[in-house]
Amino acid sequence: MDKIVNQKAWFLVLPVFLVVAFSAVLPLMTVVNYSMQDTFGNNQFFWNGVGWFKELLDPSTDLGGRFLASLGRNLFFSLVILAIEVPLGIVVALSMPREGWTVAACLVILALPLLIPWNVVGTIWQIFGRPDIGLLGYALNAAGFDYNYVSNDIDAWVTVIVMDVWHWTSLVALLCYAGLKSIPEAYYQAAQIDGASRWAVFKAIQLPKMNRVLLIAVLLRFMDSFMIYTEPFVVTGGGPGNSTTFVSIELVKIALGQFDLGKAAALSLVYNLIILIVCWIFYTVMTNAGVERKVQAESEPAIESKPSARPKPVPALKPKEGVA
Amino acid sequence: MARIDLVDLAHSYGGNNAPPESFALKPVTMTWRQGGAYALLGPSGCGKTTLLNVISGIITPSRGKIMFDGVDITPLSTQKRNIAQVFQFPVIYDTMTVGQNLAFPLKNRGVPKAEIDRRVAEIGRLLDLEPYLNRKATRLTADAKQKISLGRGLVRSDVAAVLFDEPLTVIDPELKWQLRSKLKALHRELDLTMIYVTHDQTEALTFADTVVVMHDGRVVQSGTPAELFDKPAHTFVGYFIGSPGMNILPAEVRGREARIGGHVIALNRSYDNLPSGAKIEIGVRPEFVEVVAPAPGLLTAKIERIDDLGRIRFARARLGDAKLAARAPGGFTSPDGNAGLKFDPSHVHVYADSLLVEGAA
Repeated sequence: MDKIVNQKAWFLVLPVFLVVAFSAVLPLMTVVNYSMQDTFGNNQFFWNGVGWFKELLDPSTDLGGRFLASLGRNLFFSLVILAIEVPLGIVVALSMPREGWTVAACLVILALPLLIPWNVVGTIWQIFGRPDIGLLGYALNAAGFDYNYVSNDIDAWVTVIVMDVWHWTSLVALLCYAGLKSIPEAYYQAAQIDGASRWAVFKAIQLPKMNRVLLIAVLLRFMDSFMIYTEPFVVTGGGPGNSTTFVSIELVKIALGQFDLGKAAALSLVYNLIILIVCWIFYTVMTNAGVERKVQAESEPAIESKPSARPKPVPALKPKEGVA
Repeated sequence: MARIDLVDLAHSYGGNNAPPESFALKPVTMTWRQGGAYALLGPSGCGKTTLLNVISGIITPSRGKIMFDGVDITPLSTQKRNIAQVFQFPVIYDTMTVGQNLAFPLKNRGVPKAEIDRRVAEIGRLLDLEPYLNRKATRLTADAKQKISLGRGLVRSDVAAVLFDEPLTVIDPELKWQLRSKLKALHRELDLTMIYVTHDQTEALTFADTVVVMHDGRVVQSGTPAELFDKPAHTFVGYFIGSPGMNILPAEVRGREARIGGHVIALNRSYDNLPSGAKIEIGVRPEFVEVVAPAPGLLTAKIERIDDLGRIRFARARLGDAKLAARAPGGFTSPDGNAGLKFDPSHVHVYADSLLVEGAA
């Protein structure tokens, strides 16, 4: 059969093409362009090849040192908040009521932190933690703890981490709750009959059923925390010193503070690549774990649904016992 | 291993103060003896599952007591009661292997490892699950899953009773027969009290030595399949058990005679003390009514059709407004559509307000 050739159909794709070009491809190409050049203002550019990238990945240079240090801090930060938020979110989801009006109340309260804009969250904690007028800071100092996030590295870190836990644990909890709700009541009844302890119910029923939502929760939280900018910037401004300067804060300092467009462009490309790679690895590992289980099950013979071949009396012809 | 007594047990999902008629389970007092195979039979929504869940402790009854061997266990939680239950839809712990699934109830109760292995091997053998004990319990067919659920119910040797809540609903008919025969064999082998809930009379009658019929939240009769068949205590039992069900015909009964539309049907016993004002009916199984050629003195019915079931033929007939079924002997034909009805007096029962009346000899 002859295909009808109609090149006019390309016009149908054109709007999408234009939108994607203007929203994604062109800006990205601009960044690629900047990353290869140097400028001294006046819209004059000089070719620099991969110079910025070399500098960026060399810890002995200023740029490389700052980048790798902030990258290390950022990975550590993501690790810590994942280690806190995922178990905490599960615990919160498990302790939520399963029916009644309290469900709605819990959901609303949990959703509240998620509805607050990032910079407002930052401002709340910035004031909350101030030793002079903040409720938290004042109370801690009055109780004898020398707490000051402006001057003490550890205090600054604790503040930023607690803030993130406060802001985002709800998300993990809500996702887990959705997973828990999908478990049929019969599973819990069967577990009761089987005499399962609370822990056994969690291990045998609830955790396996939450697997998929947990994957999504970890992915979302990793990406978000790895890209974190606004909240620590508002609370600590990256300080004291550079102790809470994460990659995105470093990037903005270079791009807008020093106006080093070439360095900033190179950094953001590498940054972007890291996020993509980590997410890809993570996703592949997690989905493969699921697939492996399936393949393993497939390679083994399925349990026979048909009666085995050995001759058996045909039960259907037995006289109905008692019905005579 | 225990005798189970229910004492004035009742349950309402609307709480204890709900009107008596709305109770899902109306007050019942009965005994389940150790080692019996019971079937709890009734249509959907008659309270079978409620009664089962009350025994297993998933539901706390609004009123009354449950006793295992004379000990009141009503306030105990399901975990503390010594009971196993298999549900309508299979529950599989799919992160475990088939063997671990079977071992789960024992492991949770701290049974020694050697004993667990022995029981799992035994139940695996009885249920033909042996080759699969070491594989993950994923991607199983419905009947394999239900076999594992059954296995988890049977694996504990010390349970007071094993409760089955319509466990074969999801299984193909042919396998249903096999699994049911298997259950019956297991019952003989393991000496466990089993209570089997179903709405399928064949299932109930083939599985149980005592069938408990429920209707509208009430236990209407409990007896052997033969008793239910020969002497239904309630018109519902007569109608529900047997295929086709018992014929229930409104009649006037006096002494040893029942009258339907001026015709007299002889009765084997004498009924002189029927409650006045009650709705009087006679019930007779289609097996004990025969259609013959119309003759004087016989009740005449109009034949609508004749169902040939192979071994036996049943005529579907109409008697005024009432429908009835009757045995059609081989060679019976009815050219004009009319037939006489011959009743077997020893199998005609009298019911007052749906309850069986025992006549005097």
